[in-house]
This record gives sequence, structure tokens and C-alpha cells, in this order.
Amino acid sequence: MSQAAEKNMEQPVPAANLLELQAVSKQFVKTLDSAAKIANLFGAGMRQEVVHAVDEVSLDIRRGEVVGLVGESGCGKSTLGRMAVGLHSLTAGTRLWKGQSLEQLDVAERRKRQLAIQMIFQDPYASLNPRMRVQDIVGEAPLVHGMVEASQQRDYVENLLQRVGLDGAMLRRFPHQFSGGQRARVGIARALAVKPEFLVCDEAVAALDVSIQAQVLNLFIKLRDELDLTYLFISHDLGVVRHLSDRVVIMYLGRIVESAAADTVFASANHPYTQALLASAPKLEVRRTEFFAVKGEIPSPLHPPPGCHFHPRCPHAMPRCKVEKPALKEVGAKHFSACHLNDGLA
Amino acid sequence: MDTTLTVNDLQTQFATRAGLVKAVDQVSFSVKRGEIMGLVGESGSGKSMTGYSIMGLIDAPGKIVAGEILLQGSDLRSLPAEAMRKIRGNRIAMIFQDPMMTLNPVLRIDTQMMEAVRAHQDVSRMVAREMSREALVRVGIPSPDERLQAYPHQFSGGMRQRVAIAIALLNQPDLIICDEPTTALDVTIQGQILYEMQKLCRESGTALIWITHDLSVVAGLADTVAVMYAGRIVESGTVQQVLEHPRHPYTHGLIASAPSRNPRGQPLQQIPGMTPSLLNLPEGCAFRTRCAHATVECAQTPQLREVEQRMLRCWHPLRDNVVEAVS
Repeated sequence: MSQAAEKNMEQPVPAANLLELQAVSKQFVKTLDSAAKIANLFGAGMRQEVVHAVDEVSLDIRRGEVVGLVGESGCGKSTLGRMAVGLHSLTAGTRLWKGQSLEQLDVAERRKRQLAIQMIFQDPYASLNPRMRVQDIVGEAPLVHGMVEASQQRDYVENLLQRVGLDGAMLRRFPHQFSGGQRARVGIARALAVKPEFLVCDEAVAALDVSIQAQVLNLFIKLRDELDLTYLFISHDLGVVRHLSDRVVIMYLGRIVESAAADTVFASANHPYTQALLASAPKLEVRRTEFFAVKGEIPSPLHPPPGCHFHPRCPHAMPRCKVEKPALKEVGAKHFSACHLNDGLA
Repeated sequence: MDTTLTVNDLQTQFATRAGLVKAVDQVSFSVKRGEIMGLVGESGSGKSMTGYSIMGLIDAPGKIVAGEILLQGSDLRSLPAEAMRKIRGNRIAMIFQDPMMTLNPVLRIDTQMMEAVRAHQDVSRMVAREMSREALVRVGIPSPDERLQAYPHQFSGGMRQRVAIAIALLNQPDLIICDEPTTALDVTIQGQILYEMQKLCRESGTALIWITHDLSVVAGLADTVAVMYAGRIVESGTVQQVLEHPRHPYTHGLIASAPSRNPRGQPLQQIPGMTPSLLNLPEGCAFRTRCAHATVECAQTPQLREVEQRMLRCWHPLRDNVVEAVS
């Protein structure tokens, strides 16, 4: 590519949002195998199973913002994170990076732009190749993408390791020679190696011990300030999310139920599910109280309940909740909630 | 209140090729009837091994080398294996972290529950079945008659853990040891289970040892707490004393590093360094290499002693050091 063309491509598109997800959906379909198809010829009536992992979710992330994505297992938060990174294709909806759809670009250009979006995975044990040395784990991507020469790889990786708080001399080691906290740091160094602007952290501290968790969270805060990063921080831990995030988004069974500034969510949660989640979380400050028990369990995303997904567990459910899907509406300044109860107040 | 379990000077060691691992080192505590004790520590601190030692579940190369485990006054260590079998699952029950691993996947729930009843009580299958049904009702499982016929894979994670709790309750034990039973569960499901356990303990007078790494669960659930580090209890006392006025630098560090105790967006207070390997512990106090208050004295092993209504293993207890909650 000529330099002029490259410059043209680099023209900043005037967009306030770094990443925009517009009404994105993801369905996982379990197709029928040949045995089932034959059985159907005889009238077995087997159908494809469709999991609606993410259902028409819209999410904008501004530059420099830390967005916390909270939800219980199976609510689609990891799937949404992977869609944001581009690891999952979209079943419906559009994904815009700096106002531009990456899918429409040619392969080479998309590959280059895509580098700015990186992911940090939950399990620091499973996400590092046990047969590769740290130098290769961290240094492979920048080498492949031509960001460093092979002769400089060593220094480059050493610098990155120091940046995430590891000894540069560790670069000949294998993953099994590290503790859990150190492995998490290697995973962070690997994501940083291609100079990203936006990081999706999927439960990045969930597997760590309390004292190590604090160290890694501090590293995230330090890196954001030093490198001007934007995070989508996926976690089930409300304390962690509250500490780190500017804005909190709460998901339930594939949909966003509430979204607001972190302080607003924790001070005045609007949606009954958010309220239940906050009340269920044990707190250091609360002694020997009755635990709030929200009834029931998360329904299967294979057969989500009609209307509002939360209505079978909701203490305020009305007949309307069983039939009509509530829309995400503004209930306060930049505070969105998807609940029919808010209509009564207006 | 009478004491259900007293553990004195318990030492469990593993002779490995790399050296002797003191997984549990001079651990002492006691639990009263109907009391809930939180046993807190990070991975490798010996909290689970303490639980296994009480249950008599330590396998070679591990061995309990010293100490007493007194269940209502009688020492479990001196019992022959056959007598211990009669106590395990009957007077002491254990609930593990992963209920998928502890329930047999090829047996129906009723088979597994009735087996647990009939191993300890001479009752007919009909009676055992009825007792199993009642246990399922007590832990809040809807339509217990149908659920008895189901296999473990037909339950969700939270329901499976409830079944495990129901099995532990079957023989009305004096003591239940729970090893991180809610760690794998979602927050709302964890809330439900904590609620059930608290209610059951209060009603039946069963003593509970709740092993966890999560201080906030202990804060809400337990009466007393023991904090373990590198195989030893470093501080123990009532939840109120220990969590609100920690005197050991490690306990203080753990509490101070919780996100709720730090201003939002600012770096968290952290404990420097990492947990040392049990094979290669520092001489004396194992925490001294990470401790800001360590002196030459700390190279000597501190003994567990009573300091201000709690047991403490530290040469330099912190002065009244209330950890402020910042919100």
C-alpha cells in the first residue's frame, strides 16, 4: 500500500464512539445431524435447536471509557464480548469501529484495523499455549504483523513484561513455571503486544486469589492511564466492576436490562433484576443478616420466557410483562432501563 | 452452648519427593453447637486440608502427624477406620465445591440418597425414601417426588448443590464442613443457598465450618472466623472483632484490598509479592517477606496467643486499626 493511500485510510472519521454495536444478535444453531434427518423422514419431527445468546443488543463505547458488563452465567455477556472483538460473527445487526464497519473493508485492511481491538481471557491456565515460551507467546503477534523485526523481538517482549510487572529475564520460561497472577500478567502483555486501543477483558481477574486480584486490578488502572486504553470489562463480580468502571451495563438472558453510570447503578438501581443482583451480593460491611433470596433460576436460553425475560422471577411482574418485551428507555440522565414498571411512573 | 468440635494443634504433612510439605501446621480452633465458623484463606493456605483432616480423608503421602480432633469430647484420630466410617456422613458431613464431581452421574438421586441413609440407619427403603424426600423439601427443591427420579445431569448447578446439601443433612449430623460450596455458583443462587444454610443451622443446631476465600460471604454468614496463611491460622475470633478490627497485617491487607474499601477508580491497596510455596517457606513467620511491619524478631515463629478477644499469631499486632469503608 502506498503511503498516500495509507494516510487516506488513517483520516480520523469524526465519531465520538470508538466501538458501536447496533442491535446485534447472536444465535447458535444446533443443526440436525443425518440420523435426525432420516428420523424426520419417518415423522420424528425433530427440530433445530436455537440458542438466542445475544438478542438485539446495542452498546456504544466512547474512547477512554471503561464499561463494565455484568450478568450471571449464561446471560450472554461473554458472547457479546467476543462479538465486540470480532471472534464471533453477528447473526444480525452492525458493528462499527470508529464509525466504520470493518466487515466491508478488504481482508488486509480489516486485519490491520482489527489489531486495535484485543481480548484478555478468563482462564490464565487455558489461554496460554503450554508448549511455547513467553517470548513467543507475547512476541508472535507483533512479529507476524510486521510491528517488530525478528532481531528486536527479544527487547520488545522484555519491555512489555516489565510494563506488566514481570521480570524481563522470565522470557525464556514456559507458562507452567508461572503462578496464576503472573500468568494473568502474561495474558495482558500478549494483548498489549500489538498496541491495541480497546481491550475486552472477559472475567480477567475471576480466577485469581484476593491479594493477587488487587494487584492485577491495579495494573489495569495503571495501563489505562499510561496507554490511554478503553476497556469493556466483563465480570460477574459487582465489587470489581464498581471499582473500575465508568458505566455499568447489566445483562439478563441475552438482553441489556439496565445501563447507567456506575454510581447511579449502585445508588439507585431501577430494574428489579439489578436490585435483586445488588441485594444478593454478599458485602464485607453487612453482618449476619438474612440473605435476600430471589426466587427461581435463570431460564434456559433455548426456551426463554416470552415478554420480559425476568418476569418469572420478578416480584413486581404484571400480566403485561408476560407478553410484551420491554424496551430500553431513559429513566434518568443517561440511565436506561428495560422495565414496564417505569411506564406507570411517567 | 456446648462445643461440637475442638481441634488442637493439628498438623498434617505430605512427604513429597521435593520435600516435606506442612499443609496444616499447628491449627487450633473450636466450633460450638449451631455456630458457623468461616475458615478463610487463599489457595494453598491449607484451609481445605484442615477440612479433609477432620473428615479423615487424608491419603498417602499425606499424614496427620500430631494434634487432636475432638468431636463432642472424643478424639477422632484414635478411632479405628471402621468406627470412623460410622461417623463420616453420619455425625460429620462434608459438602464439596463441585457437586458434579461428588454426585454419581449414573445413579438416580433417590438411589444415592437412600444409600446414604441406609449406610447409617437400619430403616426400610420406604422410610429412607421418605426421609430423602423430606431433605429435598428442606433445601427448597420444588416437586421433590419427580426430582428423586432424576439423574444429576438433569439438575442445574445450583440445584445440584442443593442436592449435595440435602444428602449432607440426611443423617442430621452434628457438624457439616462446607468446602467452597457456592464458589462455582451465580450471585443470586449463592444468595439462596446462604439463606437456606443459615436457616438450617439455626433450626437444627448443626455446627458449620464454611471454607472459603471470600471474606464478604463470611462477613454475612459466619459467627466466628479463622484466617489461614501458609498452613497456619494467623488470626481468629468473632467476625465482628476480626473483620472490623483486624490486628494481623495479613488480615488487614486482605480486607483493605477489597474494592469496596477503596475509593472508586483509584489504585487498590495491595499486599506486595505472592504466596510463598509451602516447600520453601520463610523461617519464622511465613508472612514476613510480604509484611510492612516485619523486623528481625519475625524470623522466630510467633505462637498463637490471645490479644484483645481474639487469637493472633504475630509479633507486631497492628494497633486499633479500623479499616474504613469508603464508598
